[in-house]
Amino acid sequence: MTLGVVVFPGSNCDRDVRWAAEGCLGIRTRFLWHEERDLTGLDAVVIPGGFSYGDYLRCGAIARFAPVLQEVMAFAQRGGRVLGICNGFQVLTELGLLPGALTRNRHLHFLCEPTELTVQPGACSWLQSYGAGEVVSFPIAHGEGRYQVEPEQLRQLEDNGQVVLRYCRNPNGSVGDVAGLSNAAGNVLGLMPHPERACDATTGGVDGRRLLGSLLS
Amino acid sequence: MPLFSARVLVSLRPSVLDPAGEATRAAAARLGVDGVSRLRIGKAVEVELDAPDAATARQQLELLSDRLLANPVIENWTLELLDDAGAGA
Repeated sequence: MTLGVVVFPGSNCDRDVRWAAEGCLGIRTRFLWHEERDLTGLDAVVIPGGFSYGDYLRCGAIARFAPVLQEVMAFAQRGGRVLGICNGFQVLTELGLLPGALTRNRHLHFLCEPTELTVQPGACSWLQSYGAGEVVSFPIAHGEGRYQVEPEQLRQLEDNGQVVLRYCRNPNGSVGDVAGLSNAAGNVLGLMPHPERACDATTGGVDGRRLLGSLLS
Repeated sequence: MPLFSARVLVSLRPSVLDPAGEATRAAAARLGVDGVSRLRIGKAVEVELDAPDAATARQQLELLSDRLLANPVIENWTLELLDDAGAGA
């Protein structure tokens, strides 16, 4: 089991993901520089949080054209497991692997705090270790996490069971309290909260362990 | 090849909340400018592009606007193709 961790100029949670995966769970990781095109030998890929390319233009707008992401796109389309955390979620929407967009928080504040989420795993392979309706705590750390999609499309996502994570108390104004979304096939997950920061008991809770740990089951 | 100049205006779609615009509107009142009933913040992008003719320039600029400068999920864009600068060389 090897987990690829994409590194853009401006990524800052790549080492957090490595610590959570390798240090806490014993999952081997390999950093993928944004210009790399070789994903051979990888079982899953994480696009971590941060400020890829300085978040110039829009969050994720420039990252979307990175060579490594053309390969990640093909990997996801072949059924490979892809996880986008925070800036990684923004990148996945810009890339079109997940619908909608992430916009400026309702009250403009950068939010950095633990948040409670309700999990509805549906078909999402990353969340199969969680019970339907289970409440977990992951930290958030974002200024642009307000999920936006047209009401009709939100209903469609809900009907498909793709709204897999919702805020118990909506911190940023996301439509439908959306904190995380899966694609229809369930192999791609994007979420604003940081499960990798909820893996080490010395720095807080461990509710995120089962998410990355799903790679081992 | 002729040089074309363009300005692309990117605005949030009307259905999308603009908290930065709202905060700016509130500041307008503090400045003493009352009666600002709507204030939405977008982007103006100035582009210069070499292209063989105006039709190609427009087509390239439309692609650029739709695929990179704006995210059509949340934003609208308009393209102003300014006069052919005619600089050539």
